[in-house]
Amino acid sequence: MMTTINAFLAAKGIYLLTLILLSLGAAGIIVCNNYMKKLICMNVMQVAVIFFFLCFGQKTGGTIPVALSEVVKASEYINPLPHGLMLTAIVVSLGTTGVGLSLLFRITEKYGTIEEDDLIRRENKTKTGEKE
Amino acid sequence: MKENIPVLIILLPLCSALLCLLLTGLHKRLGRALVVLATAGSLVLSVIQLRTVITEGTIHYAVGGYEPPFGIELVIDSLNALIIVMISIIGFLTVLFAENFGDDRPVVKGSANAILALLITGLLGMTSTGDMFNLYVFLEITSLSAYCLIAMGGSKGVVSAYRYMLVGTIAATFYLLGIGILYSATGTLNMGDLSAILNKGGYDDVMLVSMSFLIAAFGIKMALFPFHGWQPSAYTHAEPGTRPLITGVMGKIPALAMFRYFYCIYGTDYIYVKYLLILLGVFSVFGMLYGSLMAMGQSDIRKILAYSSVAQIGYISLGFAIGTPVALAGSFLHMIGHAFMKGGLFFCTGAIRFKYGTVNIDDFGRIYKKMPLTCGLLVVAALSMIGIPPTAGFFSKWYLALGAAGRHEWIYIAVLVISSLLNAVYFFKVIEKVFIQQDKGLDDKWSKGELELPLTIILPVVVCFIAILGIGIFNVKLFDILMLTLEGVGL
Repeated sequence: MMTTINAFLAAKGIYLLTLILLSLGAAGIIVCNNYMKKLICMNVMQVAVIFFFLCFGQKTGGTIPVALSEVVKASEYINPLPHGLMLTAIVVSLGTTGVGLSLLFRITEKYGTIEEDDLIRRENKTKTGEKE
Repeated sequence: MKENIPVLIILLPLCSALLCLLLTGLHKRLGRALVVLATAGSLVLSVIQLRTVITEGTIHYAVGGYEPPFGIELVIDSLNALIIVMISIIGFLTVLFAENFGDDRPVVKGSANAILALLITGLLGMTSTGDMFNLYVFLEITSLSAYCLIAMGGSKGVVSAYRYMLVGTIAATFYLLGIGILYSATGTLNMGDLSAILNKGGYDDVMLVSMSFLIAAFGIKMALFPFHGWQPSAYTHAEPGTRPLITGVMGKIPALAMFRYFYCIYGTDYIYVKYLLILLGVFSVFGMLYGSLMAMGQSDIRKILAYSSVAQIGYISLGFAIGTPVALAGSFLHMIGHAFMKGGLFFCTGAIRFKYGTVNIDDFGRIYKKMPLTCGLLVVAALSMIGIPPTAGFFSKWYLALGAAGRHEWIYIAVLVISSLLNAVYFFKVIEKVFIQQDKGLDDKWSKGELELPLTIILPVVVCFIAILGIGIFNVKLFDILMLTLEGVGL
């Protein structure tokens, strides 16, 4: 019993951890009341997916995907594509975080708070419709 | 030149977006002129492309000369080509229309135009790409520019943009996870290649897991019923000038991508497809009823239209859930028709707001005397939403019902009829206010010249008016063009 669990964890444990990280991020976005914390949780979630890609891109015994003269077989290199994809994903997540932070700036300027409860209370107080 | 058209359509708005802010710094009008020129160029090229696709068949374009499956591929079939024409038309009209709204400072105006051009780029790219990861990149370009445009709509716009950003990022993350699972199992990112590998068999469970992520991702992005939470406030508070594009087109393109995954990549031989389609059908049915019921209770016209969008997206996914070629064609006809209806209705509300500064339907009393053109479009678009011939809405619903009858899905037909009746309730409320209620005597904010509105508002209004009737009258021609692609797919 123990050995099968050990074997499973050794092979797939990292995916389990990634899944936990992903769920933590998603739960945080739902549960947290503070918009800054929500943004952080969003980042955690994106990092979890990046981990997922990097994990399945990993290969035991492979070397970095730079053409070396002594390594000739393709099977001795790891696949560079997941890393390439994740570079793009990191740039995208940087962009999203930037937009999110600037929106938070605007929210604090206009409402003076980033707590969701306060925001909803203030939104309901200002008259709906006419004013934008 | 001619073989590069698919990529030029995307590149023109992209380049104009990058140069727009710089040129605006040189002169106030230069940046906008460039964006208008670039979108007009895309429009012309997309029409040429549609003609080529109809006569010569599907275009496969390898970007940068790297052959697929390793390079990025653009695939344009008759379906894509038609949707690209739709995006280009609404995009072009929105760029013209947006001039009349918002802040007048050159920097703000310039960046608004640049972001609008980026949004058009993202939508065009999402439609034409044949590569899973490239779709993610364009999806994010679309979303990021949409967040900015929604945030430009004032203090409530900022909060709804922030909420949309959180939900939208969850969607993008789920999409990335979905394609990650597919990629780790098959080792390819090209959609055609992926479809060939998956159909060899042995990937059933992988496909089911990734599909559940993909349904959630596209569901959020297109505001399908249980995932629609962000949509009403975002559509209501978006920057008024760019609202037609955001409301009319942005929700449709993820629907197209969902169709690609369901029918072009997974195929109808997939063993779980039956259950996934039932799930989609349940979502659409509840969405159609919920959206219409919520719209009935609103008095802000923007809210009415936003909730009605939840219902209308339900019609589109209903066609996917039925799955016969006729129903799918109905779905796409509704996609194109609804873009002009919803876009047109938001052009109308924008025009009324521009002239009288109100969005509350209680203030619309006898407005038809003062704005005959705008009210003409309002009435035609409303009738089309309800589904009265010969407008576009009637024929798309007709094909949907025909498809449902072909598969003996009587519940779907019943819901289609009930939802249309509910549409009639709230649109007749608007029409009643416009024609019968007492004039409120609002003061006119724009009374220069002979025309009721500036030309840049009249042109979109007239084009949408013609398009709604045109799509209705020439629906058989459009149906034939759609069938060129849809013949082989579907149940």
